[in-house]
Amino acid sequence: MKYEAIIGLEVHVELATKTKMYCSCTTEFGGDTNNHCCPVCLGLPGSLPVLNKEAVNYAIKAGLALNCTINKETYMARKNYFYPDCPKNYQITQDETPLCTDGYIEVAGEDGEKKIRIHRIHIEEDTGKGFHRVDGSYYDFNRAGVPLIEIVSSPDMRTPQEAKEYLEKLKAILQYVGVSDCKMEEGSLRCDANVSIRPEGSEEFGVKVEIKNMNSFRAVEKAIEYEIKRQIKAVENGEDIVQETRRWDESRLETVSMRSKEHAHDYRYFPDADIISLSVDDEWINRVKESLPELPEQKKTRYVKELGLPEYDAMILTMSKSLAAFFEACVAEGGNPKEVSNWMMGELLRTLNDKMLEIDDVKFRPADLVKLIELINKGTISGTIAKKVFKEMFETGNNPEKIVEEKGMVQVSDEGAIIEIINKVLDENPQSVIDFKNGKTKAMAL
Amino acid sequence: MAVTIKDVEYVAKLARLEFNEQQMQKFTQDLNGILGYVEKLSEVDTEGVEISIHPFPMFNALREDIVRPSLDREEALLNAPEKEDNLFKVPKVIE
Amino acid sequence: MHRKTIHEIRDLLRKKEVTAVEVTENSLKRINEIDDKLGAFVSIEADKALEAAREVDKKLQAGETLPDLAGIPMALKDNMCMKGTISTCSSRMMEGFLSPYDATVVERLKANGAVIVGKANMDEFAMGSSTETSAFKLTKNPYDLERVPGGSSGGSAASVAAGEVYYSLGSDTGGSIRQPASLCGLVGFKPTYGRVSRYGLVAFASSLDQIGPFTKDVEDCAIVMNTLAGHDPMDSTSAKVEVPDYTKFLTKDIRGMRIGMPKEYFGEGVPEDMRKCMMEAIDVLKSLGAEIKEISLPLSEYALAVYYILASSEASSNLARFDGIRYGYRAKEFTDAIDIYVKSRTEGFGDEVKRRIMLGTYALSAGYYDAYYKKALRVRTRIINEYKEAFKEVDVIVSPTSPSVAFKFGEKTANPLEMYLSDIYTVPVNIAGVPGVSVPAGFIKGLPAGLQFIGNYFEEGTLLKVAHAFEQATDHHKVRPTI
Repeated sequence: MKYEAIIGLEVHVELATKTKMYCSCTTEFGGDTNNHCCPVCLGLPGSLPVLNKEAVNYAIKAGLALNCTINKETYMARKNYFYPDCPKNYQITQDETPLCTDGYIEVAGEDGEKKIRIHRIHIEEDTGKGFHRVDGSYYDFNRAGVPLIEIVSSPDMRTPQEAKEYLEKLKAILQYVGVSDCKMEEGSLRCDANVSIRPEGSEEFGVKVEIKNMNSFRAVEKAIEYEIKRQIKAVENGEDIVQETRRWDESRLETVSMRSKEHAHDYRYFPDADIISLSVDDEWINRVKESLPELPEQKKTRYVKELGLPEYDAMILTMSKSLAAFFEACVAEGGNPKEVSNWMMGELLRTLNDKMLEIDDVKFRPADLVKLIELINKGTISGTIAKKVFKEMFETGNNPEKIVEEKGMVQVSDEGAIIEIINKVLDENPQSVIDFKNGKTKAMAL
Repeated sequence: MAVTIKDVEYVAKLARLEFNEQQMQKFTQDLNGILGYVEKLSEVDTEGVEISIHPFPMFNALREDIVRPSLDREEALLNAPEKEDNLFKVPKVIE
Repeated sequence: MHRKTIHEIRDLLRKKEVTAVEVTENSLKRINEIDDKLGAFVSIEADKALEAAREVDKKLQAGETLPDLAGIPMALKDNMCMKGTISTCSSRMMEGFLSPYDATVVERLKANGAVIVGKANMDEFAMGSSTETSAFKLTKNPYDLERVPGGSSGGSAASVAAGEVYYSLGSDTGGSIRQPASLCGLVGFKPTYGRVSRYGLVAFASSLDQIGPFTKDVEDCAIVMNTLAGHDPMDSTSAKVEVPDYTKFLTKDIRGMRIGMPKEYFGEGVPEDMRKCMMEAIDVLKSLGAEIKEISLPLSEYALAVYYILASSEASSNLARFDGIRYGYRAKEFTDAIDIYVKSRTEGFGDEVKRRIMLGTYALSAGYYDAYYKKALRVRTRIINEYKEAFKEVDVIVSPTSPSVAFKFGEKTANPLEMYLSDIYTVPVNIAGVPGVSVPAGFIKGLPAGLQFIGNYFEEGTLLKVAHAFEQATDHHKVRPTI
């Protein structure tokens, strides 16, 4: 029998506010333990929470960017559970009235674009951090109360690849609108997955297993892949799937059942009377809407329509906010969009990939890349030399003119002749040109 | 909705409280007494009536995102029953 | 001197006939003399009090005009946090808890030169109507040491009635200021929900709790309310409603004021002697030119049931933070982290607190939430609407504060429901969130009885006006117990 996987993701994102969700303590990382705490985030008797307006703004921003409806009237609720990292032994979150509902993200599915629905986005607070040693556990409450949003997808994904794509897209959008830096390694984006399987064609859902402890997008993909296989195998062996939480074990590359709790969770959600209702009117929503930057989809369309980039280039360049910003800075410096795109898609991204670096790590300025292209166009340097200059730029951050001058790379031979040679080479290797455009850098070796 | 000893055991677990058998029986009796009294709420027609979390509707008590000083760490840890290395200490938590 | 009021001491201080230090020393002496048998205090802050008094004297010497409360000794209920002092909520659970911050009311008092001499005994976590659930001691009624002072703010009430301090603060979740005020012959005021900041008040039920004063007369009450009332950005539920000068309302003129007498509050539950006392009080109001109208508040009957669900549910969650991890009592013996919780909470909380935590946890648990909690919130809406309707017809509502005068220790402890019924006339006021005040209305067999006035939202001024007019037309507030 063929099986189909049903995947839903719950993503927690730390908001980029300066202060915590319910108190004025800084959200800054680092420093000493328990030094960013006050009566409120320590849950001291008598303290009361007051909502951070900026956190609400960010949540609305995320909701709008993810095509959600912003609910006009919502209230905060308490989720009651005892755990040492939870100072009040309840978390202030939203239950029956999430701030945002019914959104979606489009991902490139196997059969073209596919909408993954977003069920809800609600605001809540982070917990403290526990350190476990042989003689006991130790708690630091600097993170307690840091603003979070939880983004819950509908169970619309069918493959681990789709899940990974959803996450990548989600991250790009959230980074774009600036609500979070979304660094999974640093914990500012966390993802749990709900996975079940059913015979292909069946309408019923199977028993859902929750997977936790995935620390990278790759881990999410791997863990879901493993879990689907595990469930299929179990069903084929005639075993029942147990509703449980499993932990992804990165070293063993498998999901492991977490010791089941004494009894099922009974969180006793109820309205938190310490916080009054939140009313978000149209004026507020519009204000946030106006503050929204251009989103990746909009950018992509503009790159194609107005700047004449191929669809693929436009998609790659808009994948991250920083990449698009670099590209746009180059164009603003007078660079030809197509030429800039070619250099970015080619030499720049390849170098970044090789060195495992991010666009933010690039030392030279967008103007330098434009200058480099200009030097080629003027015939001051050849394409081959330009690559050497680029390498130097990348390593030192120096501007291309200085490099060319210092290293004596100025092309002294007959410019016209060389350009002709280049053009001839390219004409004879049309596939390479296409490859080049598609970012395959081998073509550059010609 | 009579409360049974089993209910009381379940609720005690949720509330992180422990009772001996005699107390358990007393609490079951007390809860049944109070809930029996509360039962009278069913006489009130609340069809289509909204909930009131507060005595009157209140909206949007919001705080600007401005950092203010936290407690000194000594103050934060002042009442800790056990502390070490500026952390609150708890015996090993079994997950 | 200890028999005097705030405004009398204030005038003496201003005329430099006494110093703040003298007044404070006198208070401390009185506490020293009688508190062993009265049991009003759980802790005394003599040094801090004298320090504050010296500050006031310095300013007086310098010729400064000081706020009304400057230099006058007072007590805080032990559920209000004051930096550098212990707050226990009269619970083992919080024994030794040293607060690193000031409650907003404490900040306001300090800013007005108040002399805080100590923390008053209370029912554990404010759960009770007799102060008998305190983990530390019994507080006696200054009128009869065999009887309770009422509760939960019993220590706050007894300390003022016995002249240990000139006023005190209590908290009122279902009657915890008004009922002990009634039983101790004092003025006890519960402001509109949101009128006084709850920041720094250890929460019992977040949607019901309010802080208010105990004073010997209504003028004192208005003076203290002037300091307490007002918006606080640290409390989301604090109302942004302008605060008038409450002393301006003390005109004694209530001619034409419409006073509602809900027939349900004068029904079978009111013993004959109490009814007689109340009817005499109502005759006084009539003689002052007020118009007495019989009204009906049929849903008040359900307020106590709503209260026990809401207050217990909120409390079960508010008290979850007491787990022996970051502060408070930690059991000496335990096997693991889960066991720390269970043992610490089981050993740290008393029976009444456990009973309410159990009730609240049950009411919120899966399968019962809609039937109990949500239902209670809907009935609450109807009770609120009923009050709103009533205030279209009348300016204030009058009722007994409590069905009974001070009862004997142990008289109502066996049956929790019977104790809960002490609050039958005060609880609806908290459910609706309107303000209420208890004023001395006479004596029954030598024990004080209180009359309750209930006002419309944020109409504290109107309440003080009628309470003051009534008080000035009677002599009950001038009586002091002989302790």
